[in-house]
Amino acid sequence: MTIKLYDIAHSRAGDKGNTLTLSLIPYKADDYPLLCAQVTAEAVKQHLADIVAGNIIRYELPNLPALQFVCQQALTGGVTTSLTMDTHGKSLSYALLEMQISG
Amino acid sequence: MKPTVRIGCGAGFSGDRLEPALVLVQHGELDYLVLECLAERTIALAQKRKRQDATLGYDPLLERRIESLLPHLLEKKVRLITNMGAANPLAAAQKIVDIAQRLSLSVTVAAVTGDDVFSLLSGRETALETSQPLADSGTLVSANAYLGIDAILPALATNADIIITGRVADPSLFLAPLVHEFSWSVDDYDQLGQGTVIGHLLECAGQLTGGYFADPGRKDVPDMAHLGHPFADVSSDGTAVFSKVAGTGGALSLMTAKEQLLYEVMDPSRYMTPDVVADFTSVRLAETGPNQVRASGGCGQSRPNTLKVSVGYEAGFIGEGEISYAGSNALGRAKLAGVILQERLKDRFTDLRIDYIGSTSVHRTAFGHYPDPYEIRLRVAAKAKTAQQAALVGEEVEALYTNGPAGGGGARKYVHELVGIVSTLLDRHRLTPQVTLFQS
Repeated sequence: MTIKLYDIAHSRAGDKGNTLTLSLIPYKADDYPLLCAQVTAEAVKQHLADIVAGNIIRYELPNLPALQFVCQQALTGGVTTSLTMDTHGKSLSYALLEMQISG
Repeated sequence: MKPTVRIGCGAGFSGDRLEPALVLVQHGELDYLVLECLAERTIALAQKRKRQDATLGYDPLLERRIESLLPHLLEKKVRLITNMGAANPLAAAQKIVDIAQRLSLSVTVAAVTGDDVFSLLSGRETALETSQPLADSGTLVSANAYLGIDAILPALATNADIIITGRVADPSLFLAPLVHEFSWSVDDYDQLGQGTVIGHLLECAGQLTGGYFADPGRKDVPDMAHLGHPFADVSSDGTAVFSKVAGTGGALSLMTAKEQLLYEVMDPSRYMTPDVVADFTSVRLAETGPNQVRASGGCGQSRPNTLKVSVGYEAGFIGEGEISYAGSNALGRAKLAGVILQERLKDRFTDLRIDYIGSTSVHRTAFGHYPDPYEIRLRVAAKAKTAQQAALVGEEVEALYTNGPAGGGGARKYVHELVGIVSTLLDRHRLTPQVTLFQS
């Protein structure tokens, strides 16, 4: 069975310079291991290949539980000089939630 | 010592709404109100305004915010801490005194300065993200270091009703009154880490109370039109209970708190501020009632010897043009217009972007699904060295009226001046924060 991240998790994007941060928070804590297993930095890098040019680092926060992805060179220069419409990359949380995993 | 200190956050960015801060002061029983109004790029733009007029360079909404809040702050004895001084805290403090005099109110304002380090930079320092010399980015126009609680604490020790700063780290605006009230040691880094967590949760104001969270049917937030902003009741041991004024809209839950805890965090185990390297991974959050979340835990390590500096540079201009296509094959005609523009502009611009709004403008991809929309707005943007060159982009878009595909309408053209931002590090001992008192 295929699951869209949107159906089991929520996310918020943040920006620092040309770097994008994406949280990924399961609605149910029980789904956290599933996210840890399948939403790897490599899988997100592949999913966001058209958007993120640089490396992606994943942090695990089992206390919350949540994952945090830090994506380098993701904002086409950053908020003040980007040619994009969404210069902050604020909408990119919903790009992550489009990702599909197997459940 | 009070058992708890209540701090509210009435603004999370320069353009934030004015009303929630007023509600917090009138009905929130606050000890402190913080207004965080200085984003990464805002100060460079403020420096440009200051260069044009030495009496400006503070937050553009300062006058409106202070006029509405000041009588209530004084009546309720709520101390205000804000970075609305932006590039010019001294002029901002004078402006507040002017407003108080006009309203026949007596106020003491403490201006915190020392963040402007432009004269300390040579341009040969390296930029954090690229490791290239700063001056390679372009002509430098401003440099502001992120000050910490050590700059704010002397201002709190005065009898000032209002403390106004320029560039300081956002969580420090909240940590400083906690250290002041509870006499926390400035080298108890676990305690400072906890206080920094509290500041980080509060600093974006409405983002903790359901702003920037709602997704109808999935993440519902009640009465968003009257979104209330948050406050925290902080105990001397560093635990905090977050809530909002009864009757205001919005939602404060485990979910909103988690999203905010991780917002803009580059490494959850090493969140760097001028005060501490905070560790967010040990934070525990619990919903303790309706619209009530308790945060505990969080720790830290010794503060860095360097301060982060935001450096502004002249980044040229952006030229933009837009035009709409509608009806059958709207996307096809818009894409033909894009091909034509690419051909006409490619030799004059190295960095040209063409978006099909309604199809692939925001993420440049639709993850394999491209619905056929009824209308598409074509947008073209390019960077240029001069305003004149930037204007060519919009001119070519407008010319599609008679030199492009069928049915293009509603052309618009824009030119924007750009201020770029790069970051670098500076030895903290090279600068000396100062406090200047103003009285009405």
